[in-house]
Amino acid sequence: MWAPLSDYTFQIVAAGTMLLGLATGVTGTFAVLRKESLIGDGLSHASFPGVVLAFMLLAVKDLEILLAGAAAASLLCMALIAATVRYTKVKFDAALATFLAAFFGTGMMLMTYVQHTDNPNQAGLSKFIFGQAATMLARDVEITAAVAALILLLAIVFWKELKLVAFDADFARSLQLPVKLTQAVYGLMLVASIIIGLQSVGAILMSSLLIAPAVAARQWTDNLGTMAVLAGLIGAVSCGVGTYASAVVSGLPTGPAIVVAASLVVVASLLFAPGRGMIARAHVRREARRRWKEGDIDVGAN
Amino acid sequence: MEWAVEVEDMTVAYDERPVLWDVDMQIPKGSLAAIVGPNGAGKSTLIKAMLGLLTRISGSVKFYLDGRLAVSRDDFKRIAYVPQSGSVDWDFPTTVLDVVLMGRYGHLGWFKRPGRAEREMAHDVLKKTGMDAYADRQISRLSGGQQQRVFLARALIQEADIYFMDEPFKGVDAKTEKAIVTLLQEMKSRGKTVIVVHHDLATVKEYFDWVTMINLRRIAMGPVDEVFTSAHIEAAYNARNPLRREAQDVGTAQ
Amino acid sequence: MSAQTEIIIIAMLAAVACALPGVFLVLRKMSMAADAITHTVFLGIVIAFFATENLNSPWLLAGATLMGCFTVWCTETLQRTRLVSEDASIGIVFPLLFSVGLILVNLYGSNVHLDTDSVLLGELAFAPFDRVRIDGADRGAVSMWVLTGICLFNTLVIVAAFKEWKLATFDTLLAAMYGFSPIWMHYLLMTLVSVTVVASFQAVGAILVIGLMIGPAATAYLLTKDLRKMLVLAALIGALSAWIGTEFAFWVDVSIAGAIAGTIGLVFMLTVVLTPRSGIIARYRRLKRLRLQYGEETVLFHLLTHEGTAVQAQEAGVGTLYEHLRWRPEFADLICRRLEAGEFIHIHGGTVHLTERGRERAYRVSETLFAEQ
Repeated sequence: MWAPLSDYTFQIVAAGTMLLGLATGVTGTFAVLRKESLIGDGLSHASFPGVVLAFMLLAVKDLEILLAGAAAASLLCMALIAATVRYTKVKFDAALATFLAAFFGTGMMLMTYVQHTDNPNQAGLSKFIFGQAATMLARDVEITAAVAALILLLAIVFWKELKLVAFDADFARSLQLPVKLTQAVYGLMLVASIIIGLQSVGAILMSSLLIAPAVAARQWTDNLGTMAVLAGLIGAVSCGVGTYASAVVSGLPTGPAIVVAASLVVVASLLFAPGRGMIARAHVRREARRRWKEGDIDVGAN
Repeated sequence: MEWAVEVEDMTVAYDERPVLWDVDMQIPKGSLAAIVGPNGAGKSTLIKAMLGLLTRISGSVKFYLDGRLAVSRDDFKRIAYVPQSGSVDWDFPTTVLDVVLMGRYGHLGWFKRPGRAEREMAHDVLKKTGMDAYADRQISRLSGGQQQRVFLARALIQEADIYFMDEPFKGVDAKTEKAIVTLLQEMKSRGKTVIVVHHDLATVKEYFDWVTMINLRRIAMGPVDEVFTSAHIEAAYNARNPLRREAQDVGTAQ
Repeated sequence: MSAQTEIIIIAMLAAVACALPGVFLVLRKMSMAADAITHTVFLGIVIAFFATENLNSPWLLAGATLMGCFTVWCTETLQRTRLVSEDASIGIVFPLLFSVGLILVNLYGSNVHLDTDSVLLGELAFAPFDRVRIDGADRGAVSMWVLTGICLFNTLVIVAAFKEWKLATFDTLLAAMYGFSPIWMHYLLMTLVSVTVVASFQAVGAILVIGLMIGPAATAYLLTKDLRKMLVLAALIGALSAWIGTEFAFWVDVSIAGAIAGTIGLVFMLTVVLTPRSGIIARYRRLKRLRLQYGEETVLFHLLTHEGTAVQAQEAGVGTLYEHLRWRPEFADLICRRLEAGEFIHIHGGTVHLTERGRERAYRVSETLFAEQ
């Protein structure tokens, strides 16, 4: 049972995914608070044509090149969504869904063009959709670590601005804060999270890594900084647990295992968090009802 | 009369309909000015457009500080904005003190965090707005009136010269309303200019000295005693403004 | 019918079937809820398959549809705790359900032909043939018949209760007052969406169904405010995009579903760029013209009423006109220049005078003004 822990491959994969969880937990904190959680899902699908194009144009399978392609496509998609929302009456969710499908479809066209078949069911595509955590190499981990470090650095440097823009963007503008720059930094953090996530858990499960740790963390604290740190930790631990589970149970794929772990943490947090959790609230209600019955109430408690 | 704010020719659209058309407005320095009009008449839109938070079709805004035109970023930091309390999600994980400190972010610059000086300022303005006891409270556990006071404190900490407030009296209890009015009068006595989008016609004469009445166009403007007449009120609240009709026709013609 | 033609027809049918519920999803801002459903149907199929051990069983489709509704229910339950926002609820539920599906397939379904990729991506090229082995001509017919059926079903549901749909979408409060529950309609819509997703994904794959549902509807949303027109337009745009996309895919030899999704995106962007011509910007140009026209007529009328009076020099003086009209001097200048250019006025002796033409126009204006009263 402890065997996997000393296995080199396991250590590599665990390190890679845990760093990923740390970074996406922090980024996800802002995504969730801004009520833009699903942007991660959209952008991760949208990065597909970028990956294929990078491969097509440069004929290499170097990870950095492919990730750069993914980043470029994601950024383009994000810009198109932002422009659509700003200049037309189409709302965020519809723009997201439309461009998500259009970009992914373009990726599929490119892929089938490259391979000259009608059938896009190729190994490369699978890896994109489902991630390839199990086949991570030391080099992949190095890249993940570097990108994760960048994300954390951005979060620290721009903390005030990210916080205020997430809370009250109009007020931030009225303070003459560089709101556009802050939005760009946030976008960068998102795209960076996505490209390292694509490697591990794939496009479809990406949103879970961004959203679940942040939602779980929110139940335990009312302080933004604590929430971000906690989300990072929960992300890292979920990834670690998921990777471990998939090493121990044969045939259990890593990405889904991570998602299930993270989701369990969410459910547990919703139920058991003190104060905010459902069980705690039910208890408070019962207490209040009991005291009401006994005539022991205190109206105007504020 | 020395103006603090001059607006010329402001035209703004929302979702294909004109909300403000060709509005001119001046606000005297040091006045407590109200902007009134029916719902959907463009009052919030007006101040958002003035502050550059919305794109406008046409129009210009000039702010005057110390008798000269505001031009630089630092100048504009001397103009404060109190949005409607419904414009944010109060479930955001932060405390009252923290929200007020955010008002100093404009002065802190890039890497600085709020320090002791800022905290003292925050406690001062919280005392002024009667919220100091709640400094460490999570903002989701505040009443409507308390939320409004926190937003006011956040604006006060900016130590601005011109203040814009969007319906600060909406949904607040009588005690809070009195407290806010007292605060506004104290600000006026210190020479501040305060411009308030106000929803309650009954209190305009009591609280303000200058009023602008808006319904797509400017209906009337001037000292409250002169301008706040029943004729003007009727004109402002009467939707049969012919230009509005024309504008609507153009807007819906397919 | 050639395989190619069959494919085109199937694609167009899928597009129409998807566009109809898609319009309501866009209007109710539930586009991503549909995206969630397109991912979770996979789990429904997996569970149904394990239960029936039969890839051909109709229970697979039933399972998928039920899973769609289950997804919505889970999302809303999560939201109702008021601890999680709507978008976050969606983003937690569907990856979880999808992961469970993947885990089940990987652990227990490895010796079965449940091709994950095919479920997700589908491929129209196979639509005439299908995954389940029965022979040629019937297969094509199946997808076509299924989709035709769904198209008719969706159309029927929408048309039959059109007024209720309209009310429930645009004014939930009023709808509740009229007694029919928006919640009930909401679940009906989600069931419709699930059924449509399930019927379509075999052809275009789960990931691209979302494109068929939302893209044409969003494009139609840009073009009209009328619900009926929006439905018709969305269906037309969807069908057209499906046709163009499919032809393009045949020509260049690429993924058909991908080509359709790409076409939809292109059409959407073109509409966004071109609409301003008939949208906001054009309307404002019209309003600006109106303002100038209004200004001109005000001056003409003003001149008319003061013509021949003692104060004409004052009221119509070049330097004082703007004051009397309470305009800015620049605006008055602009108007007067325009009027001069149109030969409605001429200026001499420091006063503005009406020409014969101007007088005629002023009379016309005064008639309309008095007629209004």
